[in-house]
Amino acid sequence: MIFELEKYKTTEVTKVSTWYRAAPVDAFPENGGACIKYKDLQIAIFNFARRKEWYACQNLCPHKMQMALSRGMIGSDADEPKVACPFHKKTFSLKSGKNLNGETCDIATYPIKIEDGYVFVGFEE
Amino acid sequence: MTRIAVIGNGMVGYKFCEKLCATSNRKDFQITVFGEETWPAYDRVHLSAYFSGSTADDLIMASKGWYQENQIELLTNELVVHIDREHKKVVSHSGVEVFYDKLILATGSAAFVPPIPGVEKTGVFVYRTLEDLDAIMTYGRKAKSAAVMGGGLLGLEAAKAVMDMGLEAHVIEFAPRLMPRQLDAAGSSILQSKLESLGISIHLSKSTQQINGEEQLTGLQFADGSALAVDMLVVSAGIKPRDELAKACGLEVAARGGVVVNEFLQTTDESIYAIGEVASYKNMIYGLVAPGYEMAAQVVNQLTEAEVKPFFGYDMSTKLKLIGVDVGSFGDPFGDAEPSKPIVFEDKVKGIYKRINIAANGKKLLGGILVGDASAYGMLLQMVQNNMALPPEPEALILGNRGGGEMVGAGVESLPDEAQLCSCENVSKGAICMAIEKDGLTQIADIKACTKAGTGCGGCLPMVNDLLKHQLKVMGKQVKNVLCEHFDYSRQELLDLVKIKKIRTFNQLIDQYGKGDGCEICKPAVASILASTWNELIVKQDTIQDTNDRFLANIQKGGSYSVVPRIPGGEITPDKLIVIGEIAKRYGLYTKITGGQRIDMFGARVDQLPDIWEELINAGFESGHAYGKSLRTVKSCVGTTWCRYGVQDAVSFAIRVEERYRGLRSPHKLKGAVSGCIRECAEAQSKDFGIIATEKGWNLYVCGNGGSKPQHAKLLVTDVDSETCLKYIDRFLMFYIRTAEPLTRTATWLNKLEGGLDYLRDVVVNDSLGIGEELENDMAFMVQTYSCEWKEVVNNPELRAKFKSFVNSDESDPSLEFQEMRGQKIPASWS
Ligand code: SRM
Ligand SMILES: Cc1cc2nc3c(=O)[nH]c(=O)nc-3n(C[C@H](O)[C@H](O)[C@H](O)COP(=O)(O)OP(=O)(O)OC[C@H]3O[C@@H](n4cnc5c(N)ncnc54)[C@H](O)[C@@H]3O)c2cc1C
Ligand code: SF4
Ligand code: FES
Repeated sequence: MIFELEKYKTTEVTKVSTWYRAAPVDAFPENGGACIKYKDLQIAIFNFARRKEWYACQNLCPHKMQMALSRGMIGSDADEPKVACPFHKKTFSLKSGKNLNGETCDIATYPIKIEDGYVFVGFEE
Repeated sequence: MTRIAVIGNGMVGYKFCEKLCATSNRKDFQITVFGEETWPAYDRVHLSAYFSGSTADDLIMASKGWYQENQIELLTNELVVHIDREHKKVVSHSGVEVFYDKLILATGSAAFVPPIPGVEKTGVFVYRTLEDLDAIMTYGRKAKSAAVMGGGLLGLEAAKAVMDMGLEAHVIEFAPRLMPRQLDAAGSSILQSKLESLGISIHLSKSTQQINGEEQLTGLQFADGSALAVDMLVVSAGIKPRDELAKACGLEVAARGGVVVNEFLQTTDESIYAIGEVASYKNMIYGLVAPGYEMAAQVVNQLTEAEVKPFFGYDMSTKLKLIGVDVGSFGDPFGDAEPSKPIVFEDKVKGIYKRINIAANGKKLLGGILVGDASAYGMLLQMVQNNMALPPEPEALILGNRGGGEMVGAGVESLPDEAQLCSCENVSKGAICMAIEKDGLTQIADIKACTKAGTGCGGCLPMVNDLLKHQLKVMGKQVKNVLCEHFDYSRQELLDLVKIKKIRTFNQLIDQYGKGDGCEICKPAVASILASTWNELIVKQDTIQDTNDRFLANIQKGGSYSVVPRIPGGEITPDKLIVIGEIAKRYGLYTKITGGQRIDMFGARVDQLPDIWEELINAGFESGHAYGKSLRTVKSCVGTTWCRYGVQDAVSFAIRVEERYRGLRSPHKLKGAVSGCIRECAEAQSKDFGIIATEKGWNLYVCGNGGSKPQHAKLLVTDVDSETCLKYIDRFLMFYIRTAEPLTRTATWLNKLEGGLDYLRDVVVNDSLGIGEELENDMAFMVQTYSCEWKEVVNNPELRAKFKSFVNSDESDPSLEFQEMRGQKIPASWS
């Protein structure tokens, strides 16, 4: 599973070579997340409607290697948008991927954009 | 750049890395760590938790990722076999060579095994590493009985562990009493009778002469001619520092073992330090983690040229954990280091022994012993360590103040600022107060994160908690239980707002009365408030629910879900049993009878849930709400229908009660039970509300629970008829729902309720607040508006569509993995 973890690498917007058209905007619940599959990656996508923001990160929680983050609750810590893993409530910044409890590894985040009612996630091949 | 090599990745070796990484000079060091074990450093102190279900992962102090992130080269499974002091190089068994400028020896200890003939036989174990425990567990499955050699701190812990494995447990001690280094004869004897009542046999003054058996142990032979037949033996006769490397490379080792260090933890080679259980300071090995941590911190300070406090020894006070009997020994337990007078309190019936040693001049506490009730341990230890003045009647320290009020001079506020509250992490009272004041901390979690206090053994947390409350009060801050950073209101206040302002969504509430975007604490709390007030379908606001409530099923290891249909009172027809069996078979689900008298089916994929529930609902089942903070089960015994002792029809009443409160959302889960007579087969006195039949009607008990801190329910009223009983439960539950903090069970709620049970009885039975009818009406509304949430989901295509692994594909989650056990599937283990 450590190997699984290594599949996910934070991608800078400037390095994106593929914008993957994931799903229509309304497939994602407001102020919550859903998961998409891209090749052998599972990416959690959050429609943070309160902030009019979208985020994408790995679905894999590094704490116990659970495919879970898309099912987590989102929220904010001061102004930092975050997601809490449903398993043990470890929280991660949706912006930087940083583990906000300082107990486990950080997660990879991906650029995201909305065009023509669709959600696109950026990958670097 | 200074090259640092650390040999040993145990608790202290890890702490050294952690402390060094936390300094601002981290970049000046290149760190390589050798660990002989497979795992990165784990919490040996809580090793026994492995027996009660903690996994290696739970015990690990920091994951391999942490070492990576902090650029520490961690080489696990690498045993260092040679130190070349001339070339400043260490070599491992597989040939890895690393050069160092400074070398840290943190090789710890191994279990000491006395050279008794036969100790090499199969069935003889030690108790030190995860591997030892694995071996004990595997062997223990075939065994019926086990002996532990050594009645000290560790031996007793091991004895409890083998007992919990279901083995007949024996403790063999050479000395005439248990824990001879910590307890006097009277204290030991109380401890002994307590352990015997737990089912552990104690054999004192026994010197083992030989281990009997061919290749495999069959028993022990003692010097006094007696013998004991057992299937396995766990040796816990002390520790032996792992100084073999040091010895081989010519460093000085102490006569009783351990690498000799000075007060700066330097060995006889100034580039080599020794810390933790391998270091011997003035012929003393410190077999506890706190002194080891102190040593680690001190060496880090030296390396980073920070202020260094020489190591002059360490207090060896200890508290025994886990065994189910409180035992503490602090300062000078026997009072023989200097002239002293003991004050002793003994209650043989309750099994309590307390002794404090007062200095001859009557001014100081020197140490003491606590058995059976060690609640004063933290404060007494502080008094010894800080040389605090004794109260005028020092016996109050162990007897409590007869006036009933607070213990004289023993509150946390009377401690000096230097008092070390957390000994594992060496955090003083002053440092915690400062963090509270300067950083504006208001939560225990923040104090833990900021000061690290309470993150070790956790023993100081009650005191830290008191200190926090006290300090906030002193600072004039209203000690108010606000929900989290997003709401400056308590749960009770929010519930009132929701009700009065008719607020129906989380967004409305946070927009009007909160700030920010919410979080994983306030969202489910508000979801619960909304559900307890309006009883609307919870999945309408699915993203504020905990994951279990969002998918109306409990998430399991690996990400599959469980399915628990309601089986009121535990009564079920054969036909319905067959339906469950057929469904489980069709979907390949693991089935188990739960502790709540019903059947749980595990291992369903999220996309299978609506289909499974559709079949269940068609067969007449409904949701069991096993996923919600809501009513779980009302257990019952057979009562008058079958039982020759029954005095009321317990099953019928249990079903009626369960159906009345099903789906009721509350601050925490709710459990009930109905027993048909005083024999109490339904365990009603361990429930949030428990009903026991009498000749005349029912006795109603409230606020009990099992769980990690079991508490018996308390008798609220006696001999009431069914209608009155329901009326009081209505009022009681609604009053609890209105006033409890989030995630507080009824027992904890009652413990904190001012006025306690008498007050609760006044409100519920005597209607002293005049809200009885209102509470009943609120409950009537909940009962009328109940509907099965799974039924609604199953029949609503839009809601059903939410149960999918991926929104861009119909594939199901390929990461779900199962293995087989006893003919059923189980999740692949945590990785
Ligand atoms: C299935 C079951 C164990 C079993 O195989 O028998 C079980 C399983 C879980 N229990 Fe339990 N408990 C089960 C009976 C109990 C009992 C026994 C009882 O109810 O008579 C207790 C002690 C009684 C009590 O609650 O006072 C019990 C005390 C707990 C606690 C501790 C509660 C406390 O206040 O300290 C938790 C943790 C919590 O709720 O925060 C817990 C939590 C859990 C959770 C929900 C943990 C989790 O979040 O995943 C487990 C999930 C089960 C699932 O996925 O379906 N479970 N749990 C039992 C289900 C009963 C049912 O039919 O609904
Ligand atoms: C069951 C149990 C319960 C305990 N309970 C308590 C308690 O309640 N309170 C308390 O304060 N203490 C308790 N202790 C003691 C505490 O665990 C030790 O004091 C502490 O672990 C010492 O830390 P250490 O790092 O010095 O040694 P260790 O944790 O033993 O770590 C040393 C590590 O170095 C490795 N090593 C050794 N030689 C080499 C080599 N040549 N090359 C590579 N690696 C090597 C070892 O394999 C080991 O992993 C308990 C111990 C046990 C076993
Ligand atoms: S079922 Fe209950 S006791 Fe068993 S492991 Fe889960 S939470 Fe713990
Ligand atoms: S698996 Fe995510 S927090 Fe534990």
